[in-house]
Amino acid sequence: MPSIHDQIAEAVSSNDVVLYMKGSPAFPQCGFSAAVVEVLNKLGVKFLAFDVLADPELRQGIKEFANWPTIPQLYVKGAFVGGCDIVREMAASGELQTLLTEKGIATKA
Amino acid sequence: MPMPASEIEALLKAAFPDAEVVLTPLAADDDHYRAVVTSAAFKGKTKVAQHQMVYAALQGKMGGELHALMLQTVAKD
Repeated sequence: MPSIHDQIAEAVSSNDVVLYMKGSPAFPQCGFSAAVVEVLNKLGVKFLAFDVLADPELRQGIKEFANWPTIPQLYVKGAFVGGCDIVREMAASGELQTLLTEKGIATKA
Repeated sequence: MPMPASEIEALLKAAFPDAEVVLTPLAADDDHYRAVVTSAAFKGKTKVAQHQMVYAALQGKMGGELHALMLQTVAKD
């Protein structure tokens, strides 16, 4: 069984856009997670979501992985992009869409 | 697990002596805040690095004692 950090590294490198969140995209359990889901949906980006509430080890592991104390956390092509505040700021400024386009990820916007 | 605004401000000022800290409560529970931190220390750093510096200044309280801090960092010239 690989360590939780290895599992996270594998998940974020083998999927283009990964969101670690509380709850599921359809039923977010936290306003901050819901906000990031909304941003991604608005951009029409396909993403893989992990519910940290369903896995205490993942919930702790993801905080250590990015040296980031909170959830949600968004990863694009293996790189940590930010939490709710940064994602919202980047979406508002258009930076997020630029980043996704640069990385060759399809958006509808 | 609440945390008074004065404590947050003191930790931030200690880490960033030049900082302007604007702290606004989002709810009257000492647990949800919006913070805008302006400091020269952020210059040339990515947003992620800037936020990590603020979280480090809060000494692990973010995500623990302090549930929600909407954070905006601004690099001062």
